[in-house]
Amino acid sequence: MNASRSIIFSLVAVGILVCLPLIGVAAGMTSFFGVIVPYLAVALFFIGVVARVVRWARSPVPFRIPTTCGQQKSFNWIKPDKLDNPWDNKGVVLRMILEVLLFRSLFRNSRMEFYEGPKIRYASAKWLWLGAIVFHYSFLVVLLRHLRFFSEPVSSLVHLLEGVDGFLEVGAPRLYISGLALLAGVAFLFLRRVTIPQLKYISLPSDYFPLFLIFAIAATGVLMRYIYKVDIVSVKELTMGLATFHPVVPEGIGSLFYIHLFLVSVLFAYFPFSKLVHMAGVFLSPTRNLPNNSRMVRHINPWNYPVKVHTYEEYEDEFREKMIEAGLPVEKKE
Amino acid sequence: MAQVPKADELAKVSHRPPETPWTETPVEFRPGTFCYGAKPKNLEVVGLPNPREWNPADEDWKLPDNWKDITLNGMKDRLDKFRSFKLFMDICVRCGACADKCHYYIGSGDPKNMPVLRAELIRSVYRKYFTGSGKIFSKYAGARALTERVLKEWFYYYYQCTECRRCSVFCPYGIDTAEVTMMARELLNELGCGIDWIAGPVANCYMNGNHLGIQPHAFKDMIEFFVDEIEEVTGVRVEPTFNRKGAEVLFITPSGDVFADPGTYTLMGYMMLFHEIGLDYTWSTYASEGGNFGLFTSHEMMKRLNAKMYAEAKRLGVKWILGGECGHMWRVINQYMDTMNGPADFLEVPKSPITGTVFENAKSTKMVHIAEFTADLIRHGKIKLDPSRNDNKIVTFHDSCNTSRAMGIFEEPRYILKHVCNHFYDMPEGTIREKTFCCGSGSGLNTDEYMEMRMRGGLPRANAVRYVHEKHGVNMLACICAIDRAVLPPLMNYWVPGVDVTGLHELVGNALVMTGEKKRTTDLRYEPLPGMEDEEDDDV
Amino acid sequence: MYDSGKIIPGIILFVGLFTFPLWSNLGKAAPAPKPELPKTEKVCVMDAAFMKTEHMVLLNDWRDKVVREANRVWVGPDGKEYQMSLQNSCMQCHASKTKFCDQCHNYAGVKPYCWECHLEPKENM
Repeated sequence: MNASRSIIFSLVAVGILVCLPLIGVAAGMTSFFGVIVPYLAVALFFIGVVARVVRWARSPVPFRIPTTCGQQKSFNWIKPDKLDNPWDNKGVVLRMILEVLLFRSLFRNSRMEFYEGPKIRYASAKWLWLGAIVFHYSFLVVLLRHLRFFSEPVSSLVHLLEGVDGFLEVGAPRLYISGLALLAGVAFLFLRRVTIPQLKYISLPSDYFPLFLIFAIAATGVLMRYIYKVDIVSVKELTMGLATFHPVVPEGIGSLFYIHLFLVSVLFAYFPFSKLVHMAGVFLSPTRNLPNNSRMVRHINPWNYPVKVHTYEEYEDEFREKMIEAGLPVEKKE
Repeated sequence: MAQVPKADELAKVSHRPPETPWTETPVEFRPGTFCYGAKPKNLEVVGLPNPREWNPADEDWKLPDNWKDITLNGMKDRLDKFRSFKLFMDICVRCGACADKCHYYIGSGDPKNMPVLRAELIRSVYRKYFTGSGKIFSKYAGARALTERVLKEWFYYYYQCTECRRCSVFCPYGIDTAEVTMMARELLNELGCGIDWIAGPVANCYMNGNHLGIQPHAFKDMIEFFVDEIEEVTGVRVEPTFNRKGAEVLFITPSGDVFADPGTYTLMGYMMLFHEIGLDYTWSTYASEGGNFGLFTSHEMMKRLNAKMYAEAKRLGVKWILGGECGHMWRVINQYMDTMNGPADFLEVPKSPITGTVFENAKSTKMVHIAEFTADLIRHGKIKLDPSRNDNKIVTFHDSCNTSRAMGIFEEPRYILKHVCNHFYDMPEGTIREKTFCCGSGSGLNTDEYMEMRMRGGLPRANAVRYVHEKHGVNMLACICAIDRAVLPPLMNYWVPGVDVTGLHELVGNALVMTGEKKRTTDLRYEPLPGMEDEEDDDV
Repeated sequence: MYDSGKIIPGIILFVGLFTFPLWSNLGKAAPAPKPELPKTEKVCVMDAAFMKTEHMVLLNDWRDKVVREANRVWVGPDGKEYQMSLQNSCMQCHASKTKFCDQCHNYAGVKPYCWECHLEPKENM
């Protein structure tokens, strides 16, 4: 499938997802979109993610295959690279923390420049890393801020986060940087996908769809907060009802809220069945989460099985005469 | 055999992807870009399926009728056995960070050589048959059916990956294309669709103990030829032993070092060193191969070939094993051997008899890398070196893929280099150590019919060599890999004429001051030593 | 090697963390707020629906007009004139901050910065 068809397909899909709650709520299906769908989506999310991780975990790691990105541990007079070539669990934990929280491998990124001659240069390329950091962290902040809809009283940590996020103190309601950063992050990830020819070539509908979906989620959220405001107290009544398993659907919440909620539900439900499971998968990657110590500590392969080998005896049987003639020692002399 | 285009022709690489989507761009078997199919006799020796005469460029691959079932069952089997495979099928987000990290992509511009697309070739099939979304949404979920066309694409592109793991350094999830390629090659081999350059060495190694099929008496002969050569250069007669029970150390190196220069000079270096320090070691004609083309066939074949090392060490009753300079051999030893064929409880924790150093990092496999061994000797001042004998060599060092990204042996060879030569310059950051570029011919692709792709794939390495060649006058490329020693000379010749290739221990051999040696006038290649050019003439 | 010793705790941690909103509210009733409406007046400066969602915009606008433009008169959509003043207009009817403002603000976790300049009314609560 070519790029434009992939993009159009994903756009249409998100468009339909926006229309569904719009029509549904107009038809009075507020309990369906406000209660049933969110519950289903959250259930799918948890069951799906756990099932996916269990599915991975059921396959063993037969060999210790870390990608070593630094000096091995050998002599005490050669400094080993604890982070990039860990030999114990402590090093692995550090490597994983940096990988998961700071996207360390992505930080290594470079850009190949091919000139006539040929001459090839490798330029620094940190934009992808920066975009990824902005996207993921702003998404995290946005998500954590939403905890104010799921606890009463609201935790002071959430207030602290809101204070930091809104430190510009612009406008009323106060502007949160994370929302705009999330939109900018998604826009960046989309734009690089369509402007870099190689990236455009490899992109699938399943790459565009989550971007459009998250953009729509962030956009509806931003609109709801700053422009087409909804009755936040009623919204919280609904969310608290969901969280405490006493669902209520207050009257008069704008349909923008239902669109937002539905898109979030779709994201949750879609999550375990898509590339988004990289969130869980990154922890399980055998090239990162294993120490490079297989010469020090034997790694066990649970399915290791005996194989047919050509034994020395068979070898000697074939070459005995030649070996004796050449003066090579043999086991059997005849 | 196809003619390789001239360098300035090959240098014109466009990295713009074609108009047609990759799923609709069929593979074209152009001579020079693919390897010959495995010959039936080689498959029969080791009992691999579907042996037959075939040519990858032919329309009819003579596949078994149930080839699709074999392949899909094979995929299922491997998904259940390897978490890596299952995980790497699921979590790629196609961020593209790996795209321009592949030497084949850089040198060919073929988008399917981007690691991400290479993996998508099999991922798309995985989605179709092993995921719900792929079954329901088909191509909208990036899924596609397994057809003969897809299979041919697999063959073409999984034998255009050298399993160098450079992409996995940059992947935010550590997705390792080598792992994917290994699975794909296992599947292809279940249909008899391997390449002969791998199948041949595998069959040879299985029956004769080494890839080149050198029989025991010939192996001894060849090594003894180099004993004479050493005596010619140094006046010292080294005395190697073969299949000797009770030796302290079993030494195993790739058979390429016995067979062709410049590897043979490295072999001479080993033997001179062992003689000088009085190491109690033996060669084995049965385990006469360090390399393991089984690694490029299947995990099972890797195990079958690798088994000889421990078996022979046990039979001979040695204390530990010393391994020579080789790349993929060390991937197998470092990451697979102990798990597959261990525990080596019949051996002792390696201890250098010269320095007393205990190699704690090898206490389980009981196998030590020669660069570790020699670096330790130098560190303890146990050998006398005259680096000025290498003064006419301006050296740079090529980190081999496997020892870099599947082991991490960076400092030991550099430490040795700095003691055996006076002019050493590293290539630019980003092209060495964990980011080193493949020679372009690894993982069993070092065959002549594949020369065009080898030159393309080796371009990034050559480009970095040219940088230090022009900047520092580098004329010698050192490495610790037998495949490198075989394939870098033609690569240098093609892209950077004027740069020669050497193994690390050839330089050690040159610099090594041996007890009772005569006045050395030439290096191991019979080239005059610096300052000895005239004396050389006198001899003539 | 299956690493179940790491994966199972990992799954438990994941589920535990991500279900925080569910278990942290267990056994807690969360009654909806009931802001006390003025007894004297029936209508505000704008209708109730507007005031619910947009009062902060209106107040922000009032503040700007008063503080930056020294303009204290605001004309409602019905043509009626009001004095733009938190204390003298709004709080004339909504006399109690705790019984009115704080009800919803606390519930929704909103911390308006009105009271960083304005003195909070002293209430004998």
